[in-house]
Amino acid sequence: MIEVKDLTRYYGQKKAISNVSFNVSKGEIVGLLGPNAAGKTTTMRILTCFMPPTSGTATVGGFDIFDQSMDVRRITGYLPENPPLYTDLIVEDYLRFVAKLKGVERNRINGEVDLAIQKANIGDVRSRVIGKLSKGFKQRVGLAQSLLNNPQVVIFDEPTVGLDPKQIIEIRELIRNLKGEHTVILSSHILPEVEQTCERVVIISEGVVVAEDTPENLTARMRGVERVLLEVEGAEKDVRDALKKVKDISTINIEKQNVNILKMSVESQSDIRKEIARAIVESKLGLLEIQSDKVTLEDIFLDLTTKEEGA
Amino acid sequence: MRKTIAIFEKEFKSFFYSPMAYVVIGIFTALTGIFFYLYLSNFVESAFMDQMRAQQYRQMPQKFNVNLMLIRPYFWNIALISLFTLPTITMRLFSEEKKQGTVELLYTAPVQSIHIVLGKFFAGVAFYVTLLIPTMIFQAILFVYGNPEFLPVLSGYVGLIFLGSAFISVGLFISTMTENQIIAAIGGFALSLFLWVIGWASSYAGPTLAPVFEYISIIGHFEDFSQGVIDSANVAYYILFSALGVYLSLKSIESVKWRT
Repeated sequence: MIEVKDLTRYYGQKKAISNVSFNVSKGEIVGLLGPNAAGKTTTMRILTCFMPPTSGTATVGGFDIFDQSMDVRRITGYLPENPPLYTDLIVEDYLRFVAKLKGVERNRINGEVDLAIQKANIGDVRSRVIGKLSKGFKQRVGLAQSLLNNPQVVIFDEPTVGLDPKQIIEIRELIRNLKGEHTVILSSHILPEVEQTCERVVIISEGVVVAEDTPENLTARMRGVERVLLEVEGAEKDVRDALKKVKDISTINIEKQNVNILKMSVESQSDIRKEIARAIVESKLGLLEIQSDKVTLEDIFLDLTTKEEGA
Repeated sequence: MRKTIAIFEKEFKSFFYSPMAYVVIGIFTALTGIFFYLYLSNFVESAFMDQMRAQQYRQMPQKFNVNLMLIRPYFWNIALISLFTLPTITMRLFSEEKKQGTVELLYTAPVQSIHIVLGKFFAGVAFYVTLLIPTMIFQAILFVYGNPEFLPVLSGYVGLIFLGSAFISVGLFISTMTENQIIAAIGGFALSLFLWVIGWASSYAGPTLAPVFEYISIIGHFEDFSQGVIDSANVAYYILFSALGVYLSLKSIESVKWRT
């Protein structure tokens, strides 16, 4: 349904995304995951024909985003990060306007608007002025707008940002309900959110795709990682030599270095605190602190997006 | 076409959702009203004085032409007030969309850029026509109590609408370039004013440049309209001028997409 191939986009000298490629099949919900400024919005803006890529191509529903831009826009619904709302309009009038922009025939407009209102669950506020609505309702109005004219593809840019936990759950539920009927791409920097709503995840960091997998595989990949926080007195080289004696250490990160005191984190597949302590003490270095750090999903996501990009 | 109408309708209605429209209409009506009153009382006074004099010296009173003495200068007055007023109408056309992020909706909807620009342009023109309605009522008073010629009044309004469209196309173009409404208003006003005063420069320019300046001057072409003459050359000038403004706006919003 969506094929993205080698998209690159520069803003002046700055490269926003570089050779981004991924595919989304029909009816799938795919999450675009990455820290802020990773290039998610840029990718989405290119896919919705808001701006062209510097190089690379993409097709949406078989239409080229550049040569058949009008067809792409016709079959795509888009909710930008800041919902594009005319705050002085009434919800219904706004949706009717968007329906007209999307070319819905006159006799179908009311039906389409009702359907979108129903899907986004905003019946209670349909005759209120948008500017007076709460953030959560504004987001839903934005969502309703993107679902008008039953688009084959829906693209949501951080749909839950700034909402309270209850609203977040509701919006996620709503997005899950779109499965099958619509092909959905949503971006987020919150891992559990993507895990709950998406069938597949594309992780972008600094404009590059660093991983693409199902949430299950990604979490499996993360499970079993143990992290130990250490504070050691000694030269960095000596500490590293000492830790070399310990098997199973996968990564060593020096987090802070203060003259002769190192703060570091060490990752491994199993709990190796004993081995680490022994190795450091045997090397006659000062072990000031040792502590096990439970790795959260967010931590690993951050780790993945910084580590793989740095490699 | 349907989408242009949809944008036109939404824009035109939006003017009235914001207090700005009422402030603009209020100030415009007050100013044009005051000037109408001043011109009218001046005219009545002159006519009255002349009648007194005629009676005193037992002469025939002079004929006073209301079209020449009142309506014509009044049209110039409205034109000048429009120069100051219209930037406040055009400033929001694109700037506000940019500021609020609604451009993302417009540019990703299946709508050609030209439909967006035209919808907004004609909404601006329609609002300007609305602004002019009170002045039409003022002038209707003249027809109740006197008998001015109707055609110069008609041509004057045709001229004002053409002139206003030209100002609106300038303001529209400037508002595509910034998300700051104040900058859009000041820029639109400055460029309109420049196009107005460039005609004055023709008296100082050399023989080659003078006719060029005179032709470019946005107000020079209004003269004939205010005198009751609808010249196709002037009509063509204003249509071309507005078309150029619309075209530049179109290129401006398209170029934003390409700017890296």
